[in-house]
Amino acid sequence: MSDTPANRIAAATPPRVARKIRGLSDRAIAWIFVAPTIFLLLAINIFPLIWTIQLSFTNYKANRIGREVKNVGLRNYERILTDSDIWLNMQATAHFLFWTIVLQVLIGFALAYLINKKFKGNDLWTTIIVLPMMLSPAVVGNFWKFLYQPQIGLFNYVVAFFTGKDPSSFEMLGSVTLAPWSIVIVDTWMWTPFVMLICLAGLRSIPDYIYEAAEVDRASKWRQFWTITVPMVLPFLMLAVLFRGIENFKMFDLVVQLTGGGPGSTTELTSINLKREAFEKWRTGYASAYAIILFVTVFGLASIYVKALNKVKER
Amino acid sequence: MSSFSVTEPSKRSKWFAGTLVILYALITMIPLAWIMLTGFKSPADAISYPPKVIFEPTLEGYVNLFTQRTRQTEDFLANNPPENWRDEIVRQYDMVIVGPSKFGERFLNSVIIGFGSTFLSIFLGTLAAYAFSRFKIPLADDLLFFILSTRMMPPIAVAIPIFLMYRQLGLSDTHLGMILLYTAVNISLAVWLLKGFIDEIPREYEEAALIDGYTRFQAFYKVVLPQAATGIASTAIFCLIFAWNEYAFAVLLTSGTAQTAPPFIPTIIGVGGLDWPAVAAGATIFLLPVMIFTILLRKNLLRGITFGAVRK
Repeated sequence: MSDTPANRIAAATPPRVARKIRGLSDRAIAWIFVAPTIFLLLAINIFPLIWTIQLSFTNYKANRIGREVKNVGLRNYERILTDSDIWLNMQATAHFLFWTIVLQVLIGFALAYLINKKFKGNDLWTTIIVLPMMLSPAVVGNFWKFLYQPQIGLFNYVVAFFTGKDPSSFEMLGSVTLAPWSIVIVDTWMWTPFVMLICLAGLRSIPDYIYEAAEVDRASKWRQFWTITVPMVLPFLMLAVLFRGIENFKMFDLVVQLTGGGPGSTTELTSINLKREAFEKWRTGYASAYAIILFVTVFGLASIYVKALNKVKER
Repeated sequence: MSSFSVTEPSKRSKWFAGTLVILYALITMIPLAWIMLTGFKSPADAISYPPKVIFEPTLEGYVNLFTQRTRQTEDFLANNPPENWRDEIVRQYDMVIVGPSKFGERFLNSVIIGFGSTFLSIFLGTLAAYAFSRFKIPLADDLLFFILSTRMMPPIAVAIPIFLMYRQLGLSDTHLGMILLYTAVNISLAVWLLKGFIDEIPREYEEAALIDGYTRFQAFYKVVLPQAATGIASTAIFCLIFAWNEYAFAVLLTSGTAQTAPPFIPTIIGVGGLDWPAVAAGATIFLLPVMIFTILLRKNLLRGITFGAVRK
């Protein structure tokens, strides 16, 4: 036998222990390695999910311990789906989702395209552009609130400077028409870099020889862009949209700090509404049903989208 | 690449692209630069119109961030001369420092919970990723998808039962509770990323080690771990940044002993409304480490973002 460290250890350990260590089959090791993760996920993700489902059929209120809990069947679901206020929240969420995705895709792709021109120092500037997405959304929301202040904020000052309006004549966060756009602006500022990075990965995955072949065929730059660049980047772009979509459907921290859902409920996205029901009105059962509906919606939309994405990839 | 390559952009288009990108980068930096400047302004300068770019820098914001102060009578102030520069700053407002604020504690909580959950996610995640990468596990794909899909839940939806569960177990507002929670959220991404990195390490290395008489455990930590070190490090950065930035769970499940900085910073209140310089100072101290980190580790980090996203 060779003098490997393993053999030295094996020789030094009592035979029974050694057999136990060495004798572990790969199967056993696999389970030992996976078990803690699965256990943690079961305890902190799956068990709570099942509990939520169970609570969603009751009228339980978490702030009244000891109160009798009644089974109300599907009444929570019924009330949510017929509640017109909740449809307003859904609309606010849809507005937010749609415009953040449109703006981030356009700006993100354009930036990636420009960065891919490989000018000098492009990686340093890329890093600087990426900084906002690394920061805490709650803290970001909080300081943008400062920038949006009508009389003293930098944002209003800059807008006033370029348009000649009076900086105290408009309130980004206080106006019913502007507030939905104020959250779109901040989210776009923060997350465009993410779309940009994914697009950049897509652009860099296109091999040079395809362009060279197109050049030999005398395809114009414009045609090359639409027939090579766009189709090749599309799967990446769609992935970026998927992630932004899921993240923004869950959006809470940034918007809660910026507008708190106001004015009125113009920026009250579903997560913020859910938080109100669950932790301010303490309608735990009702909020649980709400949470399940949201989860099913995200999951359903994401699954349909992934199917479409796979079709694009196959092409 | 030869200078005749058709795919190499022309000098003019490079110059044009560079100018636009740099312009965007500079504009995108304005809000961050502004908040850092505001941290060094006096409250009056912070809310002046038009906004001041040139001002007399002061550490008032930082002093207010770290201390608690009370207003005192003129007699008291006359009899107790200021002892240091911090006292002198607050004396302008007829105030004295009575003790440290909670910011230090909250910041420390962020550090403890961030590093604790990162360590745990990486420890458990590496083991699971190795098993998924190297062994045949029944239903492995389903399990992996299940692990990942737990990320689709809105945090508030998860927070309802977690809140009830933690109340029962006495984990509310504890470091352990938050570390476990953040680990559970992070581990899905960690397993997914790490599996990708471990898949890239050739199996032959371990097989050679096994033939040399290493046990599986030894092969794992003497051969695979060193090879996966870069991947582990970039995964760890992601976990750390998530835990550092997290707000929704923190605001719902912690209120005192285990509260982290993000729910605390927006609540810093001065005399007559929000004390913007102090809030700005808090934001600066909290965000700066992440920014420096990002710039220093940009290669791993940027690759990690695209790698993680594209593999899914």
